[in-house]
Amino acid sequence: MKSVFSFVTRIFLFYYDGFSNMSWWGKRVWIIILIKLFIMFAILKVFFFPDFLSKKYDNDTQRSEYVMDQLLNSSNEHD
Amino acid sequence: MIENVDLTLVDWSRAQFALTAIYHWLFVPLTLGLSFLIAIMETIYVRTGREEWKRLTRFWMTLFGINFAIGVATGIILEFEFGTNWSSYSWFVGDIFGAPLAIEGILAFFLESTFIAVMFFGWNKVGKKFHLASTWLVAVGANLSALWILVANAWMQNPVGMIFNPETARNEMINFWEVLFNPVAVDKFLHTISSGFLLASMFVLGISAWYLLKKREEWLAKRSILIAAIFGLFSALLVAYTGDTSARTLAKVQPVKFAAFEALYDGKEDAGLVMAGFLKDSDNRIGQNNIKDFVFRIEIPGFLSVMTGGNRDTWVAGIKDLVNGNPEQGLLAVREKMERGNLAKDLLLDYKRARSVNDTKHIETLKEIFRDKDFIDSYFRYFGYASLGRPEDAIPNVPIAFYSFHLMVILGFFFILVFALALYYLFRDSLTRHRWFLWIALFSIPLPYIAGELGWVLAEMGRQPWIIQDLMAVNTAVTQIDPGAVKTTFILFAVMFTVLLFTEISIMIRQIKIGPKH
Repeated sequence: MKSVFSFVTRIFLFYYDGFSNMSWWGKRVWIIILIKLFIMFAILKVFFFPDFLSKKYDNDTQRSEYVMDQLLNSSNEHD
Repeated sequence: MIENVDLTLVDWSRAQFALTAIYHWLFVPLTLGLSFLIAIMETIYVRTGREEWKRLTRFWMTLFGINFAIGVATGIILEFEFGTNWSSYSWFVGDIFGAPLAIEGILAFFLESTFIAVMFFGWNKVGKKFHLASTWLVAVGANLSALWILVANAWMQNPVGMIFNPETARNEMINFWEVLFNPVAVDKFLHTISSGFLLASMFVLGISAWYLLKKREEWLAKRSILIAAIFGLFSALLVAYTGDTSARTLAKVQPVKFAAFEALYDGKEDAGLVMAGFLKDSDNRIGQNNIKDFVFRIEIPGFLSVMTGGNRDTWVAGIKDLVNGNPEQGLLAVREKMERGNLAKDLLLDYKRARSVNDTKHIETLKEIFRDKDFIDSYFRYFGYASLGRPEDAIPNVPIAFYSFHLMVILGFFFILVFALALYYLFRDSLTRHRWFLWIALFSIPLPYIAGELGWVLAEMGRQPWIIQDLMAVNTAVTQIDPGAVKTTFILFAVMFTVLLFTEISIMIRQIKIGPKH
């Protein structure tokens, strides 16, 4: 148990030390990563990219019905 | 009716996907190649113990880190788009996309994320060999991540290893290994990663050339050029070889794309390979489509037949043969494929009706038919043709396919020349005297990016009108949502990715000007 705790502590200190002593460019790119992830997941995904089938239909049967209709309705003059 | 599909919506959805894919691909290939170059440099450091090699490794690792960080997660947007803009497609592909993308996500997250931390934070904290192993694992992990998304893309070009389930309206994977070792996937993976190696080598060569032009960091620049030129030359030759094997595979599984990128309309034996040419509209037509003629062309006689079948007697199919059919060569006409696709569609409609009245016996009979190999091979494989309005709709945009292919190939040969010259001048110790070459190397940095994007344009535009070859047309796959929302996100992405790109370039230029730390 003690050795596991020691291992976890070492990993924590490894990352802590790494982030604390990060270079100029490292800090800049981490800021960019965080802004980018916020825009992607908190804005784009929430407001612009809902999962169409999950949002519109309650279950897989309804979803498959919708897709089947799409497949059948996209036919040519044969209809 | 296909005429009812809102083309504005389809076009904007395609433009949005193309924009995000093109920008995503600006970040990925450098990661694929530079990771291996760094691993090679660090291996030399560990074997020689010379601090200069460590300094050199850390410098290129900095540029790798900037590119990796700016580009990371840009591919997730493509997955957002699958769920929103291409929902019918996402449902239809079923677990064939899900499984490779899940493996890709796990690999990317655990392998890359863990060992990248060791790469950047681990200097002087872990042993030299453990650090080196981490660097190699990052390189291998990054390239393995690419494998899975390329397997998914290859399935769109050549759908194999699955069966369509009419109950769920989804394709279900029945043979994982057939999907993984799809010939298109093997060719695509090797061609794509080797193009990434080439791009990274040109990146290292160009920046090192800049140091020599500025009379700075000569030791670092020459050692970097040595590694980049050897790795780059090897990669450029591998790109040429895998490009050749890819073309052979395309001739079998996507013959219309193959004929389009050679602008070959009439099938023939002893077909020549066009090295360069310029197209114009002719008065002849296939249906309502104008046939393209050459204003001029430079051709190697018989070489296309040799490339395709190993000898000049090989008959190579032209676009007219593939659209109108050629019974002598065993080619079905598109109209016949449309009839077969319609038959498969009628069975699906029949299945739907049987389900609505709960006719279990008929449902089971139809399910059996959808599982029958003869039905799959002779009818269901043409399911997508049921959505074509006219046979000529099966022809992709010939000028786009032709120019993107030929420009890519010309650039490929240029890269071989640049790497070979770099090695030649380096071994003669005359690099610094040939300043014109250093300028060419510097200004060649964007060219592999252009070649890579052209490759993707060819792969995706050459597949049109299909999103999944022969099974699903793009018009069928798109979600019927407000085109205004797609336009808005298109603009948002254009702004966001442009900002990211310029940020990356500015941080990189700053670090390059600073140079390696002493």
